[in-house]
Amino acid sequence: MSERASVPKEEDETEPETEPEPVTTGAQSVIRALENAGTDYVFGVQGGAIMPVYDALYDSDINHVTMAHEQGASHAADAYGIVTGDPGVCFATSGPGATNLVTGIADANMDSDPVIALTGQVPTEFVGNDAFQETDTVGITQPITKESYFAADSDTVGDNVSEAFALADAGRQGPTLVDLPKDVTQGETEVEPGAPETPETYEVPEEADDENVQEAAEALAEADRPVILSGGGVIKANASSALREFAKEYEIPVITTMPGIGSFPEDHELSLEWAGMHGTGYANMAITNTDCMLAIGTRFDDRLTGGVDSFAPDAEVIHVDIDPAEISKNVYADYPLIGDARNVLRQLFDAMPRAPDADEWRDQCQAWKSEYPMDYDTPDDEPLKPQYVVERFSDVTPDDTIVCTGVGQHQMWASQFWEYTEPRTWVSSHGLGTMGYGVPAAIGAKLAAPDQEVVCFDGDGSFLMTVQGLSVAVREQLDITYVVLNNEAVGMVRQWQDGFYEGRRMASEYPWIPQFDKLAEAFGARGFTLESYENVEETIQEARDYDGPSVIDAHIDPGENVFPMVPSGGDNGLFALNEDHLEML
Amino acid sequence: MPGPAPDERMRPKGRRNTQGIRVDPEAEVTHEPRQAVLSALVKHRPGVLSEVSALFSRRQFNIESLTVGPTVDEDTARMTILIEEPEPGIDQAKKQLRKLVPVISVRELEGEAVRRELALVKVSGEKPDDVNAVADMYDGQAVDASTDSVTVEITGSKQKIDAAIEAFKQFDVQEIVRTGAAALERGPKTLEKDV
Repeated sequence: MSERASVPKEEDETEPETEPEPVTTGAQSVIRALENAGTDYVFGVQGGAIMPVYDALYDSDINHVTMAHEQGASHAADAYGIVTGDPGVCFATSGPGATNLVTGIADANMDSDPVIALTGQVPTEFVGNDAFQETDTVGITQPITKESYFAADSDTVGDNVSEAFALADAGRQGPTLVDLPKDVTQGETEVEPGAPETPETYEVPEEADDENVQEAAEALAEADRPVILSGGGVIKANASSALREFAKEYEIPVITTMPGIGSFPEDHELSLEWAGMHGTGYANMAITNTDCMLAIGTRFDDRLTGGVDSFAPDAEVIHVDIDPAEISKNVYADYPLIGDARNVLRQLFDAMPRAPDADEWRDQCQAWKSEYPMDYDTPDDEPLKPQYVVERFSDVTPDDTIVCTGVGQHQMWASQFWEYTEPRTWVSSHGLGTMGYGVPAAIGAKLAAPDQEVVCFDGDGSFLMTVQGLSVAVREQLDITYVVLNNEAVGMVRQWQDGFYEGRRMASEYPWIPQFDKLAEAFGARGFTLESYENVEETIQEARDYDGPSVIDAHIDPGENVFPMVPSGGDNGLFALNEDHLEML
Repeated sequence: MPGPAPDERMRPKGRRNTQGIRVDPEAEVTHEPRQAVLSALVKHRPGVLSEVSALFSRRQFNIESLTVGPTVDEDTARMTILIEEPEPGIDQAKKQLRKLVPVISVRELEGEAVRRELALVKVSGEKPDDVNAVADMYDGQAVDASTDSVTVEITGSKQKIDAAIEAFKQFDVQEIVRTGAAALERGPKTLEKDV
């Protein structure tokens, strides 16, 4: 966990805590700003232009985790932010270091995850000259951050970092970046950074207008077929318990979005689990037939809505969001409630005149659960089904186990067949759909929650994209179980090719992939192979028991596809349960 | 999975339009594009213009014109942005603009706001008197003249400038530059204070 190990610090541990030394350089001011904001971990990769910052980090108690690639640094910081709720921090040098961070920053931006990226930059006098390892990092990242700062002065660089930190966490969370020219971080200054505060122009709404809340509550109470749609914003706002109280008190069925997984317990009777392209049939039936939807902290992504013309077509929409720009962006809100989800839920709780009269509707929702159960075939003579592996793993782990994933079919199975009951236990790439997210995300998640079990479901294609991150998990001795649901393909693409491109499997089959168990061993992790139903439980147990990173290479049925499925831009109520249904649509 | 096939399932009769607005079957909702004048106060610092213009291109808002200049407060600049969008797009443009950190305030100016743009038109210098006569018709004036060319300045509404340029075409127009609109609300209302 520490790269200082080779040169032991004399004053370490034995000395009592004293006032920190005053800062003397811009780089020290950067690190002081992070310390003031309570940073415990930084994920990064060294390099020429960021060296002064790393040098200042040498004297800090902040833990640095050297990643195998900068993309991993931004994903690890992202996962750290999801699990703790506080901004995750990543460092990279200028040029290629900074551009390698970009995928993770864009990912964080789409999912509103709090991330701070600090990038080295060539000295100010070379900026704009196409100097060695120069890129316009601020220009590149401006569209994918809440704000990107160019630090122009050693005296103010600490304030830039403080502000970036506060901004990443304030209101709708998201990534911020500070670009740090080498002369600015090397430059002398005695200016201590100020407290983390958001810029004066940034306004965060706290509570919704009371009158609007009252109108919305009355509409919801009047509804015959009410649902709550709980998005990722509920988790970000730490509003899961408020949501649980509200839904249980007024007996309203709860559907989550995919990022909202964990905001409401999936084992509760009112839960319909999650809706959208590969959501449950019952969630999609309810979302289609509701007449009043209380949507909280969701941006109505097209994977959720399908075609908006057929989305909840009878529903009056009450939309709670902290970001006014989300109101009526994709789906028109009849009752916009702008504010922090936890506050607004409390306001709504108090404003409800009565519970909606919806016995019949709740019965209907339960009926859909038995009509469209989440199910799969498990004949013994068939190759191993991925759903079985996910279910067996879910059965044996504690409720607070954190599940990370890459992106693809495995991600869908991990979201469908694992039972989530707690917020911040589902760590995945939603909006950007970043293959390769899983390996580094699991590292960030484990460091964020060392006492919780961490499992990462990945696909063979996705795993290969960031597999070098295993070296980090081994070095840090992180107890993570990676499960590669290996079908020798980028399976989701292959599924679409089979369904919509007449089976022309262009570039989607990967019969040349390595043996992942041996690859794991080469990195110093434990490797396992799973090929049949016989030893699933036993292998899972062995991998869990191993105190360090392990990889289960699960050879699954390559013919298995993800269902239910709403075709892209389609009607949620017309989800296909199998290939035959797809042909009907 | 035993559930009914797609076409046998329960579903309601309603629908929404492509903007996600529920459609009343009696009165179909459509939104025709209209022109909106957005005025924004922003922090006067490097990169603001690129941040704003990138926002508009990324979100696919069609900019008619964008002008920017300092205000009486040296830390603040003011932008006038003309866009042509359906109503939900205009609303979204305002909200997205307001989200940018350097943006202090945003307002759509009302229809009767004072709107001016400036054009400089360089025409052939062969008939200076005729050029002056046309310039007078549009309250313009010659600001530069040589043996070969005359440059005329015109200010006013977009329509007036369009008409002037049309009239100048008889003199062999060599070059034109236009600023796009700058606009202020009529009456005592300002971006800082609602009256």
